[in-house]
Amino acid sequence: MNYGVDEHGFYGEFGGAFIPEMLWANVEELRSKYLDIMYSDSFQKAFKDLLQHYVGRPTPLYYAERLSAKYQTKIYLKREDLCHTGAHKVNNTIGQILMAKRLGKKRIIAETGAGQHGVATATVCALMGLPCIVYMGAVDIERQAPNVARMKMLGAEVRAAESGSKTLKDATNEAIRDWINHPEDTHYIIGSVVGPHPYPDMVARFQSVISEEMKWQLKQVEGREHPDYILACVGGGSNAAGAFYHYIDDERVQLIAAEAAGLGVDSGETAATSAIGTNGIIHGSRTLLMQTEDGQIVEPYSISAGLDYPGIGPMHADLISRGRAKAYSITDAEALESTLELSRLEGIIPALETSHAFACLPKMDLKPDEILIINLSGRGDKDLNTYMTAFEL
Amino acid sequence: MNRIDALFQSDQKNLLNIYFTAGFPERDSTLKIIQELDNAGVDLIEIGMPYSDPLADGPTIQESGSMALKNGFTLDLLFEQLQQVRSITNKPLILMGYLNQLMQYGLEAFCQQAQACGIDGLIIPDMPLDLYAHQYQSIIEAHGLHSIFLITPRTPDARIRKVDTLSKGFIYMVADSSITGKKGGISEKQVEYFERINAMNLNTPRLIGFGISDHATFSTACNYAQGAIIGSAFIRHLDAGNVVADFVKMVRGE
Repeated sequence: MNYGVDEHGFYGEFGGAFIPEMLWANVEELRSKYLDIMYSDSFQKAFKDLLQHYVGRPTPLYYAERLSAKYQTKIYLKREDLCHTGAHKVNNTIGQILMAKRLGKKRIIAETGAGQHGVATATVCALMGLPCIVYMGAVDIERQAPNVARMKMLGAEVRAAESGSKTLKDATNEAIRDWINHPEDTHYIIGSVVGPHPYPDMVARFQSVISEEMKWQLKQVEGREHPDYILACVGGGSNAAGAFYHYIDDERVQLIAAEAAGLGVDSGETAATSAIGTNGIIHGSRTLLMQTEDGQIVEPYSISAGLDYPGIGPMHADLISRGRAKAYSITDAEALESTLELSRLEGIIPALETSHAFACLPKMDLKPDEILIINLSGRGDKDLNTYMTAFEL
Repeated sequence: MNRIDALFQSDQKNLLNIYFTAGFPERDSTLKIIQELDNAGVDLIEIGMPYSDPLADGPTIQESGSMALKNGFTLDLLFEQLQQVRSITNKPLILMGYLNQLMQYGLEAFCQQAQACGIDGLIIPDMPLDLYAHQYQSIIEAHGLHSIFLITPRTPDARIRKVDTLSKGFIYMVADSSITGKKGGISEKQVEYFERINAMNLNTPRLIGFGISDHATFSTACNYAQGAIIGSAFIRHLDAGNVVADFVKMVRGE
C-alpha cells in the first residue's frame, strides 16, 4: 500500500485543490515547479546548509530514561524543541523561503494561530531580507502577546484578522485573500500540511527531515531503523507528517496521532477533528473537518492555540480513516498533566501542543521491549502564561 | 429553454446581474429583495448562499453571510423561501455558494431542490474544472442547471478555452486580481484584458464582475461584455437601509 499523494494531489479521497479561479494561477505555478525546485542540487545544498548551521539540525534523538521507567518501555524523544525558534515549524519556513526566492517572489505572507509559525516565518524573512506580513486572529493577538512582540522585533507586520471568530481559521482566510489580491509578487508560506495541493505534500516533504534523521539515529542506538510506535500531536499535522513520513509505508511502525479534545470530545468545546469531523472542504482541501449538517465550519476549541483548528491535513485524514494511523483524543486536563510529568521526569518543559502526544502514553498498552519515538515538536516557553495559571505558579 | 440562454439570445446589451445574500438583512427578506430587484428591472438575480468561510468573497459579503447565519439561515430554509419565487419573477435566478455546502446537502438533493424552485444556474467558485467534468456535470445538467465558471486576468488561454466549453449560460469574467468588494475605477490594464478576451471570440457570452459598484464602472464594463455583476456595493446599499430601486437607478444612470 502506498500512502503518498497522487498526481492530482489526493491521498485516497482526501486532498486536491478546491480553490477559486483567482487562486488558480498562483497554485498552479507552485504545483508545476515545486518538485523540480526542491530536488535541484542547489536547493538541496542551501536547504541542508541552513538546517544544519542555522536551525541546529540534526536534532537529538534522546533516550528518556525516567519516562521509560515509568511506562515500562523504551521511549525516545525527537528533540524538535531544540530547533531555532523553539519548534519544528522552522524546517518548513526555511524550505518555503528558499522556494519563494527561486520563484522570484518579493513579498511573504503567512497565517498563524499561537504565533509559532508566524515567528518562524518572520525569522526566515529577516534572514533573507524579504518583507513579511503575518495574519493572526484578533483574539489570538490578545492572548499570544509575546509571539506578536517577537514577530515585530523580527521586522514582520502583524495584521489582525477581524472576520469570523478571529482565530486561526480566519487568519488563514485573510492570508488567502491577501494572496488573491497580490497574485504576482507574493508567496504564501502555509504553516501546516493543509491547504490546496501542493501545499500538504510540499510541507510534509520539508518536515520529513524529522523522520529521515530518526532512521539513522535509531539505527545507531538500537541497531534498527524502525521503532514500534511514533507519537505526534496533530492540529493541521505538520510535525506528525514529518515524524511519520519515512515510515508511512512501513507497517511495522504504528503511527499515533494525538488530537486535542479540548474539554472532551462530546463537550461541544473540542478540536478532535478525526473523532467528530466529517468529509468536507476547508481551505482548499477535501479532508475531515468539524462542520454543521449544512456544511458551515464549526469553531474548534483547545487550550492549545496550535491545535485549535477545525480541520486536519488530508494526509492524516487518509491515514486515520484507513486505519494506518490511530488517533487519540486528549483533553486539556490530560495534556496539562503530561506537561508536568515530562518537566519533572526529564527536565523538559514541552509546548502544550506537544504535551498532547505524551498524554497518549497512559492510554496505550505498552510492552517492555517496545521502542517508542515521541516527536517533541516544541518547547513550552510560549505557554508559560497558561502554565502559570493552570499550575498556580 | 433555460432563462439565462433566453436572455443572452435576445442580444440585449447592458445586462445587470445583482448579487445579494440570502437571509440578509433579515432572515425572511430573500423574496422581498428578489421582488424589488425584479420590479427595478435588473436582468439576472444572483442569490448568495451564506457560508462561514467564503474564500472568494471580500469582507462585505462575508459579513452579510455571517449575519444571515446568525439569523438562522439554512439551505432548507432557503429552498422553502424559494418555493414560490417563480410566482414573483421570470428573471434568470442563479445560486452562488461553495462546494462544501453542496457536498453536505448532497449534490443530487441540492439540484432537485434548485430545479423544483426554478433556479437556472449555479456559481460555485471553488469547483475544480476537471472534477466538475468527471463527477458533477452530468448530475447538475440533468436538473436543467447551468454551471457558470470564472476566468481572471491570470487565467491562461488554454484554460479559458476549457472554461468556454464547460461554462453554460455565461462566463463570469473577474475584472481584476482581487476579491469582491474593492472600490475604484477600471484601469487601462483591465481594459487590455477585456479586449484580449474579446479577441478570443469565445462561444459563451461574458458578464464582468468584481469591482463594479456604480454607473461609471458598470458602463465601462458593458463596453467590453454583455453586462456586469454587482455584489458588495449592493450589500452595502442594503446594509445602510436604502431602497433597492434607488441602487438600480444609480447603476443604470437614470
